[in-house]
Amino acid sequence: MSKSSFIDALIASVVMLILTSWLLGLQLDNQPDGLRIILNDAAHTTWVIVGVILVFFTQLFKAPISRVFSGIKSKGQDSGFKLPAPEEKPTLYRFLTIAALAGLLIWPFVASRGAVDLATLTLIYVMLGLGLNVVVGLAGLLDLGYVGFYAVGAYTYGILNTYFGVGFWTALPIAGCLAALFGFLLGFPVLRLRGDYLAIVTLGFGEIIRIMLNNMTDLTGGPNGISQIDKPTLFGLEFNRRPSSDEATLFHDFFGIDYSSTYKVIFVYLAAVLLVVLTVFVINRLLRMPIGRAWEALREDEIACRSLGLNPTIIKLSAFTIGAAFAGFAGSFFAARQGFISPESFTFIESAIILAIVVLGGMGSQIGVILAAIIMTILPEMAREFNEYRMLMFGLMMVFMMIWRPQGLLPMTRPKMEMRNG
Amino acid sequence: MDNKLLEVSGLTMRFGGLLAVNNVALEVNEQEIISVIGPNGAGKTTVFNCLTGFYKPTAGQVIYRGEPVQQLPGHVISRKGMVRTFQHVRLFKDMTVVENLLVAQHRHLNTNFLSGLFKTKSFKKAEAEGIERAANWLERIGLAEFANRQAGNLAYGQQRRLEIARCMMTQPSLLMLDEPAAGLNPAETDELDELIVELRDQHKISILLIEHDMKLVMGISDRIYVVNQGCPLANGTPKEIQSNPDVIKAYLGEF
Ligand SMILES: Nc1ncnc2c1ncn2[C@@H]1O[C@H](COP(=O)(O)OP(=O)(O)O)[C@@H](O)[C@H]1O
Ligand SMILES: [Mg+2]
Repeated sequence: MSKSSFIDALIASVVMLILTSWLLGLQLDNQPDGLRIILNDAAHTTWVIVGVILVFFTQLFKAPISRVFSGIKSKGQDSGFKLPAPEEKPTLYRFLTIAALAGLLIWPFVASRGAVDLATLTLIYVMLGLGLNVVVGLAGLLDLGYVGFYAVGAYTYGILNTYFGVGFWTALPIAGCLAALFGFLLGFPVLRLRGDYLAIVTLGFGEIIRIMLNNMTDLTGGPNGISQIDKPTLFGLEFNRRPSSDEATLFHDFFGIDYSSTYKVIFVYLAAVLLVVLTVFVINRLLRMPIGRAWEALREDEIACRSLGLNPTIIKLSAFTIGAAFAGFAGSFFAARQGFISPESFTFIESAIILAIVVLGGMGSQIGVILAAIIMTILPEMAREFNEYRMLMFGLMMVFMMIWRPQGLLPMTRPKMEMRNG
Repeated sequence: MDNKLLEVSGLTMRFGGLLAVNNVALEVNEQEIISVIGPNGAGKTTVFNCLTGFYKPTAGQVIYRGEPVQQLPGHVISRKGMVRTFQHVRLFKDMTVVENLLVAQHRHLNTNFLSGLFKTKSFKKAEAEGIERAANWLERIGLAEFANRQAGNLAYGQQRRLEIARCMMTQPSLLMLDEPAAGLNPAETDELDELIVELRDQHKISILLIEHDMKLVMGISDRIYVVNQGCPLANGTPKEIQSNPDVIKAYLGEF
């Protein structure tokens, strides 16, 4: 604590005092004879003083504080948390996978109904996070309109179900394909752009989709949305109390048990687990295929890619299309779970949340993304009292991540390859 | 004897008011080592960028194996067998050494989506062959033990060698090297010299070389082109170039 830091701290707190007493200490009062400036009540004054003292001491001890934090940071880097790569310890990895899967399958039968329902929502975000991770984390294309493809998937199922009575499992691949088609069509003109420009155009695309859904009232019901979308069925068995049509069979009738709405919640959850497992499997394979490597190479150096004969447009387009397809799957699942969709569910903030999941999880890392999706959906539920400050906490979390762990919770581990003699 | 690989004539590149390349002509035959030399800013790198499709030349013709290529995009030219390195190393730094080599084999691997998804036999075979080719090259350039290390963590000289190996994975017939010896120590430069000769003699490719190291250039070049301020100044065998008064003047200034 040198003399200069003391003077710095003094100046900072005086500046703070002047500014805050103007802003908080005075108040405009509407008197009958006009506006009058009056002193604010005592509570404000106390807070101003507390703030000034806080600023003074923070400034005074700035150097030791930042030293403590940088110590934490550098320690974190040496002993950085690292998962064993599957290629290094295949048995351990297989065991962990099976244990995790078993846990996921048993859990809904012991947890409460509300918890299972929340878990289903979390799984939808996992799917979205994994899909966007292909586009942003692997291929390095900043897509701010990902929610658009999610909406396409949701409305595909919603419309097919209401107008044509198509079931969930039939609509699922259609929704994925349609979202992929949208991704492809948007990708064609847009992927020539780079970085910020791409972000802006995709942002616009997400908004266009939402506004279209809002205005195509005849087809989408406009702001009222589509309601009474059917839940998924188990090989044609419905989970409702009463059959939706004469030839439909009910789950509880078929098994001769009493009706309980919990069956439906658990079934929807299990279907979500199935879809997430498929997603993880497919993306995991993609990473070990030439196309997955090309995505990463493109993210690192597009010019080098071109010099090696890789066509950047096609590689970007494939990432964009595949990412969009996963959003489509997640969307149709979302529609089935809610039973109701409206443009409200597909605002920009959804895109932001999904992007935050990818950034938080560690660009490119699958387990990181899954962890981040869990954190991002469960934390807001647990801290419902702080709902108003949700966005604030969100922003703070992002800022701290960027300062202390810009590589994300679990940065991607490189696959190791068995070389011939080593 | 018609074994012309590359024929460049009247190549001109203008950036606004700056004539970076002015009417340059080049000829490369099969299995030849050709050097392009000239002071800094002479336009050598710009010539490379024009030949490989990174710039669209303002004028001129680039004939590769009898076919004009000057309007084609970079990745198409590369697929035809004209592959280049960069003055500043451009590896995929976060990827491992062997992944760098696999990316370069993209076209030769099985890129079918479904066969990759289900790890079919043909997919596994193609991957294994790709890794085998990569392993061969890593052994040749002495990087086998670093196969799973991130490319960005290699020493500078190793990165340069890896970049050449990565180009070789695309199975080119004309390899263009932009100042490959820059930043190397004398021992590494000698290794590079050996490697370039081996590429020509054993892999039967031609090499177009931009280089400032005169010992290297004079030692291995079949022919040398000199450019100065964008214009071709002279060309000929190393002996002819060394005794050319114009070249001496350009390099040493007038007395
Ligand atoms: N993209 C560009 N835009 C404008 N000027 C350029 C560009 N690329 C190169 N130049 C100019 O062209 C000239 C030749 O550059 P370069 O080919 O890099 O020279 P060399 O490789 O022989 O040292 C330089 O004056 C350089 O500033
Ligand atoms: Mg240069």
